[in-house]
Amino acid sequence: MPEKTRIDEPTGTEFVGHEWDGIQELNTPLPRWWLWTFYATIAWAAVYVVLYPAWPMVERATDGVLGWSSRGDLAEELSAADMARRGTFEKIAATDITKLPADPELMGQAISGGAAAFKQHCVQCHGAGAAGYEQYGYPNLNDDDWIWGGELAEIEYTLIHGIRWDGSRQTRLAYMPAFDGIFEKAQIDGLISHVLSFTGKAQGSAVGAQLYSQNCAACHQPAGQGDPQQGAPALNDAIWLYGGEAADIRKQILYPRHGVMPGWSDKLDPVTIKMLAAYVHSRGGGETATERAGAGEEAREVAPAKKEGAIEEEVAAGPEGGRDERL
Amino acid sequence: MSVSDPASPEKAAGAPRDWGGALSPVQADPIAATHRHTPSQPPPKLYEKRKAVHNKRIDGPFRRFKWLVMVITLGIYYITPWIRWDRGEYAPDQAVLVDLANRRFYMFDIEIWPHEFYFVAGLLIMAGIGLFLVTSAVGRAWCGYSCPQTVWTDLFQHVDRFIDGDRNARLRLDKAPWGPSKIARRAAKWSIYLVISLLTGGAWILYFADAPTLFADFFTLQAAPVAYATVGILTFTTFWLGGFMREQVCIYMCPWPRIQAAMLDEKSLIVTYKDWRGEPRGSVKKAAKHPDQFGDCVDCLQCVAVCPTGIDIREGQQIGCITCALCIDACDKVMKDIGRPRGLIDYATLEQCEAEAAGAPATPAWKALIRPRTFIYFGIWGAIGAALLFALGTRTRIDLTVSPDRNPPFMLMKDGAVRNAYTLRLRNMEGRPRDMELALIGLPKGSLMWTDRIRREDAAETQLLSVPADETRIVRAYVVVPEGAAADDFAFRLTSIDKTQEQDISPTTFASPGAQ
Repeated sequence: MPEKTRIDEPTGTEFVGHEWDGIQELNTPLPRWWLWTFYATIAWAAVYVVLYPAWPMVERATDGVLGWSSRGDLAEELSAADMARRGTFEKIAATDITKLPADPELMGQAISGGAAAFKQHCVQCHGAGAAGYEQYGYPNLNDDDWIWGGELAEIEYTLIHGIRWDGSRQTRLAYMPAFDGIFEKAQIDGLISHVLSFTGKAQGSAVGAQLYSQNCAACHQPAGQGDPQQGAPALNDAIWLYGGEAADIRKQILYPRHGVMPGWSDKLDPVTIKMLAAYVHSRGGGETATERAGAGEEAREVAPAKKEGAIEEEVAAGPEGGRDERL
Repeated sequence: MSVSDPASPEKAAGAPRDWGGALSPVQADPIAATHRHTPSQPPPKLYEKRKAVHNKRIDGPFRRFKWLVMVITLGIYYITPWIRWDRGEYAPDQAVLVDLANRRFYMFDIEIWPHEFYFVAGLLIMAGIGLFLVTSAVGRAWCGYSCPQTVWTDLFQHVDRFIDGDRNARLRLDKAPWGPSKIARRAAKWSIYLVISLLTGGAWILYFADAPTLFADFFTLQAAPVAYATVGILTFTTFWLGGFMREQVCIYMCPWPRIQAAMLDEKSLIVTYKDWRGEPRGSVKKAAKHPDQFGDCVDCLQCVAVCPTGIDIREGQQIGCITCALCIDACDKVMKDIGRPRGLIDYATLEQCEAEAAGAPATPAWKALIRPRTFIYFGIWGAIGAALLFALGTRTRIDLTVSPDRNPPFMLMKDGAVRNAYTLRLRNMEGRPRDMELALIGLPKGSLMWTDRIRREDAAETQLLSVPADETRIVRAYVVVPEGAAADDFAFRLTSIDKTQEQDISPTTFASPGAQ
């Protein structure tokens, strides 16, 4: 305890009673504004404890009379966001997927929505950049090789029904028979040479050509161009889902592998599936309907995408566009 | 400390220091010391209530200069948002506009985009060095004439004078008990304060949106909430800081006096009381009787009466002095009336003061401006200004930035070609839509490009795109290099298809399998 309080003569203020290296401190009263601010904060804290969740109990904090919770805030924000998106969703739902590109704004919104859904449902197999994983047979969705066709409608169909998926009767089905034990080794070597000759990687072989036309051409077509109608991959291009080397091809002939993709109709709503199709199509490899028709395949009854010239028609954002938000 | 305190040990340790004191030789002045506490008086309070400053009206060259600066600065502040500037149909036609919503800054013919913010940074650096320059040359002239706090305080002090009369009347009114007339006067005065404050806050928001539209919206309650909040806050701060806090802002709140004290040196012009000429003080009559015993200062206290911060300049340099020089006007007037030479209080440098005190003739104040320090500051200031002007003159109004896709870094195509994808940002910084040519340069023959809006069948080495007025267009571009061709570094080139032919080249890389 300090000795009897002493008063500082010139100021009439008490000392606090301690001394540090000969320096003593005056017990100067706090400024009144500071004191009142301090009381105000205490009062505020008391009010806060009553109004808001504050006091930790055994299992959860006190609720507060306002009933506020951060979860409630989040739910509100989410429902507000849902409401804001509703119009767009309705519009996408009402638009046939083949007509989406005709409305660039809606297409853009569908692509954004699809990008979000892709991150949630697709990246596990196809990768964040949609580049797939060849080793396990997850196809790359950015390239221009589509076993089942790369038009918007075809992608949407794959998304709905899946590939070799038990959940849908209309799933995409194609199986390549295993040729293990059916051909001699020399025959298989010739077949591989023939297949590789489509891309000029090997000399053709008469034996191989004969075997090919008897056993393979029905699905993979005479020149190895494949058939998206049956899900037969093209053999005359540079893209090989399970590898394009002689050993890979041998493996595939003897013990073919077949990937499975689930259909999403029971997990995702049609709008999300449509948006996913739009996003996958937009990754740079999506085919347009007219392109197929031009490639000599049978023309499909799909509305042509909006014709775009060298200079696209701009959605001119005039001075009123986006300038309303000014202060 | 000039306090003649008894040898109390607490004195050195605990007693409050007197911060109101001076730094000049006048400190030891006996007159100054009379203001200090002596043991016979009751102990000073720790927290002294603010004494209102009622500065007296004065006329003179410095006051007139202050009027001029006030008219010019307030004029610029209030009129600028209303100046129109035709920029065509795609851009706003307000001469000075900070368009936060669209992230554009317009100043007459200059339009600044966010990535050109270095212009603003450059101006801020110029303002900083400008302050060094002004402070080293003429002391706290910024404080005295053009600081907003000074300008609005000055304005409010004129309102005081207009409503309540000059210094003596205001002092009387302050002491007078509250009654109908005092209440009426206070109400009138504070209403005028409020109107001025509202105009201040109101003018501020006009810089951030089309002034006539916002002005109308504001009164029809259709402006953005942030507009009302801004006006509210600025009205309150103007009312409170300009109307009531006044010199306390300069003395207690503002950091500049502290910084500027460090920027001053003995060659900077400051407002000084020439104590060697003025001391000891004596009335005209006394001086007439004993001409040798008294200096020129007649202790009329006019310099204190006119001071807007309520200080006595005769105590020397102090934090409260904003060097507005109204005391010079007041003193010169008195000196003229009693037939003594002007300049007892005057702009002078500490160096000149020392020389003068030692008997040298007075030097003209402008000579203090010519010295290496001012020239160096001016040189730096001017160089930055010139660099900014150069940058402004040579900048292009198109811009291209390229970011390559990294996931996946490349894509093998059916025909063995390799494709890369890029996200391009095409900026058209002019207020009209422009067609632009995007070209690949430095890629092997047969390389093609298309975009998210141009079909692959239309792939080519160059593509035509159009970019809306005053906007950035984001384009995803695909570049394909034929099978077997080696590609590495290359560039996109953007050229505007108009008579300006502006170009921007953005180098990037082409990723291929095996090239990693």
